[in-house]
Amino acid sequence: MFLLEIKDVTKKFGGLTAIGNLSFHLEKGEILGIIGPNGAGKTTLFNVVTGFYRPDGGAIFFKGQEITGLKPHQIAKRGLVRTFQITQPFPNLTVLENVRIGAYSRIKSNREATAEAFRILKTVGLYEQRNELSSVLPIGHRKSLELAKALATNPELILLDEVVAGLNTMEANQMITTIKNLQQEGITILLIEHVMKAIMSLSDRIVVIHYGVKIAEGAPQEISKNPKVIEAYLGEEYVFAKGQ
Amino acid sequence: MPESRQRFLKLALFGIAGVILLALPQYIPEYHTHLMTTVLFFGYLGTAWNILGGYAGQFSFGHTAFFGIGAFTSSLLQLHAGVNPWIGMVLAGIVGTMVGLFIGSLCFRYGLKGPFFALAMLALAEMLRLVSIQWMTAKYPLGINIPLLEDSLLNFQFRDKVPYYYIILLMTAAALLLADALEKRRIGSYFKAIRENEDAAESLGVNAFKYKLIAMGISAFMTAIGGTFYAQYYLTLDDEAAFGVANSIEILLGPIIGGSGTVFGPILGAGILEFLSETSRNFLGRYSGVHLMVYGAVLIIVIVFLPDGILGGLKKAFYKISGSKQK
Amino acid sequence: MTLPGIPLLLQSIVSGILIGGVYGLVAIGLTLIFGVMKIINFAHGSFMMLGMFTTYWLYVLLGIDPYLSLLLTIPLLFLFGLLVERFLIDKILDAPEHNQLLLTLGISLVIENLALFLWSPNFRTIDVSYANKATTLGPVMISFPKVVAFVFAIFLTTVLYYFLKNTDLGKAIRAASEEKEGALTVGINLKKIYYIAFGIGTACVGAAGTVAAPFFYVSPQVGGVFVITAFVVVVLGGMGNFLGALIGGLIIGLAESVGAAIIPGQLKQFIIYFIFILVLLFKPAGLFGKANA
Repeated sequence: MFLLEIKDVTKKFGGLTAIGNLSFHLEKGEILGIIGPNGAGKTTLFNVVTGFYRPDGGAIFFKGQEITGLKPHQIAKRGLVRTFQITQPFPNLTVLENVRIGAYSRIKSNREATAEAFRILKTVGLYEQRNELSSVLPIGHRKSLELAKALATNPELILLDEVVAGLNTMEANQMITTIKNLQQEGITILLIEHVMKAIMSLSDRIVVIHYGVKIAEGAPQEISKNPKVIEAYLGEEYVFAKGQ
Repeated sequence: MPESRQRFLKLALFGIAGVILLALPQYIPEYHTHLMTTVLFFGYLGTAWNILGGYAGQFSFGHTAFFGIGAFTSSLLQLHAGVNPWIGMVLAGIVGTMVGLFIGSLCFRYGLKGPFFALAMLALAEMLRLVSIQWMTAKYPLGINIPLLEDSLLNFQFRDKVPYYYIILLMTAAALLLADALEKRRIGSYFKAIRENEDAAESLGVNAFKYKLIAMGISAFMTAIGGTFYAQYYLTLDDEAAFGVANSIEILLGPIIGGSGTVFGPILGAGILEFLSETSRNFLGRYSGVHLMVYGAVLIIVIVFLPDGILGGLKKAFYKISGSKQK
Repeated sequence: MTLPGIPLLLQSIVSGILIGGVYGLVAIGLTLIFGVMKIINFAHGSFMMLGMFTTYWLYVLLGIDPYLSLLLTIPLLFLFGLLVERFLIDKILDAPEHNQLLLTLGISLVIENLALFLWSPNFRTIDVSYANKATTLGPVMISFPKVVAFVFAIFLTTVLYYFLKNTDLGKAIRAASEEKEGALTVGINLKKIYYIAFGIGTACVGAAGTVAAPFFYVSPQVGGVFVITAFVVVVLGGMGNFLGALIGGLIIGLAESVGAAIIPGQLKQFIIYFIFILVLLFKPAGLFGKANA
């Protein structure tokens, strides 16, 4: 049984197909990277998997059970959580309170949830900032907070949407190490990332999507040599260059 | 500030304020007891509003709907069926909650947010007002008068104002304790998370619909009970007193000015407003609406310069100082 | 519920359309402000009341004909709206939406109660010779000032429509309302657009007040009668939709007028609120808007 299975998922906006008949799966414990040019439908895919959008076709299975059409909070409760590309803190709450919201999903007691939040803040390196309002955090800390909130729910599978992009080299390396540690702890990870270095070093396998359709799948080394993938990315650069 | 010290400070404050407020009626004239009753009354209603509007972030512009329903429920039950007002009060709370859950489930199911939710609630209150005008003109052209009974706690009727003061003091203390308890627990954190960012809350397993409804239910229950208190205090009721737009505005002004989403904001705001209202009446005469003009001016000043209200602003300033200290 | 006779029905249809034009004019100001600034202006009714009182005092003190006073009320209310935007609304454009609503509520509380303080809550009327003038057309009586109000409402709407469609400033206002980011990148000064849009919106409702003054009563709280109706009209027509506001005004005018002939007393207003809630819940983009997720 796969941990997550995406079967023929389609999502349209008006006449536009954001994702078309997309299928892939995740094994427990692996890190799967998803790459694709801008507008390939990566974030849409996350929104469909986590229940923010209802797919127009296909089905999604988590731990063998269908989760298509469930509400985001129901999916989160089952152990599948996400981070947002544009970080979504609770701005007028402190860093600690932010993370505790995640912890409350499985711990009712205030004291225990706080203890759990402390533990997670230490693992992502935000313990010092715990009493600051999250709205004043710099971008690096915001990304860590985004991860910490999701981790606090004790997920089995976590969907990371561009958690490395926007960080400086040092922060990026730290984040990569953190993600590797998560895998060691047994958390399965689905990753969208623009920073190629990050995705190539982290992923066990990579799925490439282009205009919402899967064009390649395989180990990082295979993917980087795949002519279709190169074309897709070159195409983007070409269009990009022409557009300017 | 460590949490234990904060807790101790809060308890001490609560205790001192409690002792002073309990002793107060012995030392002030009856009119001032009436003023204090008004402050506590609006502090209580503001605290009820605050649970939905301040903590859960669902701004209601029509909270007088629940207030009026509560006032009418207990009064009519007493008038027609001789139901004891205390029992009527509980029933008022239940009816208010049911109406709240009904309108809440509609609004939240269809994703009404921000000003649109505010306006829908306003429309609800106005609808109730119109129905009650229609019905009152036909059946009670002189308003509903609660039958006068012997002075007693059981009858919830007193010629003297002081017992009412103690009742509303108790209700307000209970409301504040409830708000404080909610704030410290998971449920209060969930309310705040929904207020701050509903999508992010959902993605962490928070059932936003359910918790918004819970906030609505608690808030409507408390507000409706406040309606019964009002009816027993004045022993008379009409459609404007029950469902007037001005009620909805006065209910929410306290929390907005004192600091919405804080435990003591509503009562602080109610105190400030009552003080301003009395002062303006003394200076500008007792024209109807003079106090509302002053309220409007204060509202403008607060929204422009202190958008989180007084306690909200202080809280933010505190975080800024303590945050920069740690670095 | 009683069924009205045909003459009464015809009468209420005509009256409904005529008053609907005024509702449309009130709502157009509101929808313009919302479209451009995304602000729900709770003080809109107070602005209308100011327009009515300006007309009233010009008539009582200086003997200026109400319709002639338009030449003064429109620029005065424009200026007033501009100043309110510049010194108050401008400060909270980035604040949470409910705070914007509360600010305009504060403004309306001050204006209305100041008017109450200065001018007493009495109902006043403008006793011009044509206030009660009417012609009969078959069984239907047509009130002269209502026809003027209606024609003026249509006229002003048309002028505004052409202004927004064909002038540079109008196009800039539309750009700001449709594509804020885009408007910024092509160098439109958003702040200036906001002053002007708020000014125009206020002038519209002021003018509506002026043309309504001869057949309505003038009182500090008169705005409340119109502002809630205007919210309903705006939501019905689609927030920010210009022509929708006019059509919405006519629909509500008709519904109210015909409703009054069928349903007794306060309940016609009840129906309007009911429609309001239904539209908010089920057609938040308005009757003419696309279904929105």
